[in-house]
Amino acid sequence: MARRFDIGTAGWGRSALAFVVGLVYFFPVLWIILTAFKTRPDALAIPPKLFFTPTLDNFRSVFFRTSSSGDSSQATDFVLYFFNSIFIAGTAVLLAVIIGTLAAYAFSRHPLRGNDTYLFIILTTRMMPPIIVIIPIFLMFRVTGLAGGYWGILLLYTAFNIPFSIWLVKSFFDELNPEIEDAARMNGASDWRVFFGVCIPQILAGLAATFVFGLILTWNEFLFALLLTGVETRTVPVAMARTLGGEVGADYGLLAAIVTLFLIPIFFVTFLLQNQLLRGVTFGTVKK
Amino acid sequence: MSIELRGATKRYGSLTAVDAIDLDIEDGQVLCLLGPSGCGKTTTLRMIAGLERCDEGDIRIGGRRVNDLAARERDVAMSFQFYALYPSLTVAENLVFPLHAEGLSRAEIETKLAAVAQVLQLEPILERKPGQLAEGEKQRVAVGRSIIRDPTCFLFDEPLSRLDVQLRETMRGEIKEVLQGLSRPTVIVTHDQLEALTMADRIAVMRDGRIEQVDTPATVFGRPANLFVAGFIGTPQMNLLPAVLDGPGEGGRGTFRIEGGQSLSLDIGAGLAELPSGAEVVLGIRPRNLEILSEAAADSLSSTIDLIEPMGAETLAHLNDGEHDIRVVTDWRTSLAEGERVHARFPPGSTHVFHGERLLGSAGEGRA
Repeated sequence: MARRFDIGTAGWGRSALAFVVGLVYFFPVLWIILTAFKTRPDALAIPPKLFFTPTLDNFRSVFFRTSSSGDSSQATDFVLYFFNSIFIAGTAVLLAVIIGTLAAYAFSRHPLRGNDTYLFIILTTRMMPPIIVIIPIFLMFRVTGLAGGYWGILLLYTAFNIPFSIWLVKSFFDELNPEIEDAARMNGASDWRVFFGVCIPQILAGLAATFVFGLILTWNEFLFALLLTGVETRTVPVAMARTLGGEVGADYGLLAAIVTLFLIPIFFVTFLLQNQLLRGVTFGTVKK
Repeated sequence: MSIELRGATKRYGSLTAVDAIDLDIEDGQVLCLLGPSGCGKTTTLRMIAGLERCDEGDIRIGGRRVNDLAARERDVAMSFQFYALYPSLTVAENLVFPLHAEGLSRAEIETKLAAVAQVLQLEPILERKPGQLAEGEKQRVAVGRSIIRDPTCFLFDEPLSRLDVQLRETMRGEIKEVLQGLSRPTVIVTHDQLEALTMADRIAVMRDGRIEQVDTPATVFGRPANLFVAGFIGTPQMNLLPAVLDGPGEGGRGTFRIEGGQSLSLDIGAGLAELPSGAEVVLGIRPRNLEILSEAAADSLSSTIDLIEPMGAETLAHLNDGEHDIRVVTDWRTSLAEGERVHARFPPGSTHVFHGERLLGSAGEGRA
């Protein structure tokens, strides 16, 4: 039986300390969220205002542009950009986790001659800074016509997430007790059933963790998105950068509103999977 | 149904884990593979199961050569050392897992599940996950999962090694009872001789990938084929004393010179008559067979008591004749004192004589 720890066991002192440390980490996020609700003078006020009258104007102007001449408002393309971000990151990471899981299982259960060398080579693709490969990739995408479309950026993000997925998921497979798979084989299970019915259910938490880590990395990606997405496939980080440098300088309230909205999907996914995540990151640290 | 191994060999690179072994396990018979860790007993079991390839030789199950069949095609049930329950499935789901490949109807599955749950008293925990079970319950589920099907044979890898002493005793009885009801050839791997002696119809003692002796528990204990088996089976270990035969005397008696100068005159039976004078042998006697005397006799060794270990109903005394540590087990009421001078008597018919590692004669046959 596991020991139960009730809330408050740590005592007031430690709880307060944890609260302060948490606040230090969370403060920038909190400030951005607050700024999203401020008017332009409030956002720029010195000293900074902690108390102010909140407004939703910034959020409105994310989706509707008011032309300077009159009060006719015109929809911006941010709905599309949000869809692009969610669709591209979600699909690419999902594909990477699926492909990575299959590869990881093979690397873990049917090692090749020179298995570690292959794994190392796979890892080296993540060692160089992306800026080094951006020119060749850009040229290749131009020639093949992949630049600007969904296929191109999906392909790139999937490829980028695969090494990380293989390494992480392989470590989960390595932790499993091989007797369980032997038992399934003895019990008449086919290789497919051993994989899907016995192995995968045991590492679901790990797969969730891999998915979320990949999602966060991909969600924030700017460099490749800037160069390889077109008007139709632009993601939020790129679109956000393009709102800078208007005729009135940086609109911090607007930026803060975009960031706040941009946080929501990731927050939502992480929140949904938090139990799995916790088990995923502590996977293997507690022996059976 | 029977299991047959002929020259079965398994190599890992330059290491030969299982070296050309022959075994026969008949219907309803329980064979224990017993040996120290690393002797190849688990590898042998996994070869029968189809989890390891057989590099040379043949394996037959029910007369059919199975060398080239995958594990799932061999119709063999195996229970694993760490139980190998599926952690994401409930006990009931674990139990019926082997039935999926059989194409049974839902009602048939339910009937079999109920029957197994009843035999192993698993009804109250059918809906739990393996993580919530105690060790003994896990073991019962693992056994249940292997007996729910009606396979051609059963394999158990260290079935009791993870249980505590009390539970081990209970489970030993339960497993034995279940196995008797199944009447299928069964192979149990264990490093625990008590387990092997209690559960097996026959024991195969293994060392370094070879089989040293295959026989009934009584014979393996009472007539160990060689020095390894003699030293491996039985606790406390058998006393093994190197000696030189001084020529067979009259009436089947022989005089043995023990290192250190003392001599023993023993009744060694007719079987040993062909031993030449001056032959180097090893005398083996179980600690429980030695008698402690206060007076010297022709068939006793005088020695000093080095150490006394009370073990409850019995007392283990370590004697020293100047050369060897001799273990003697006596009734707990025998009064002994460390440093005391005593005489250890080799009673007639309880000494084994080994010549060149092999057993030449066991005067103690039938009296073990």
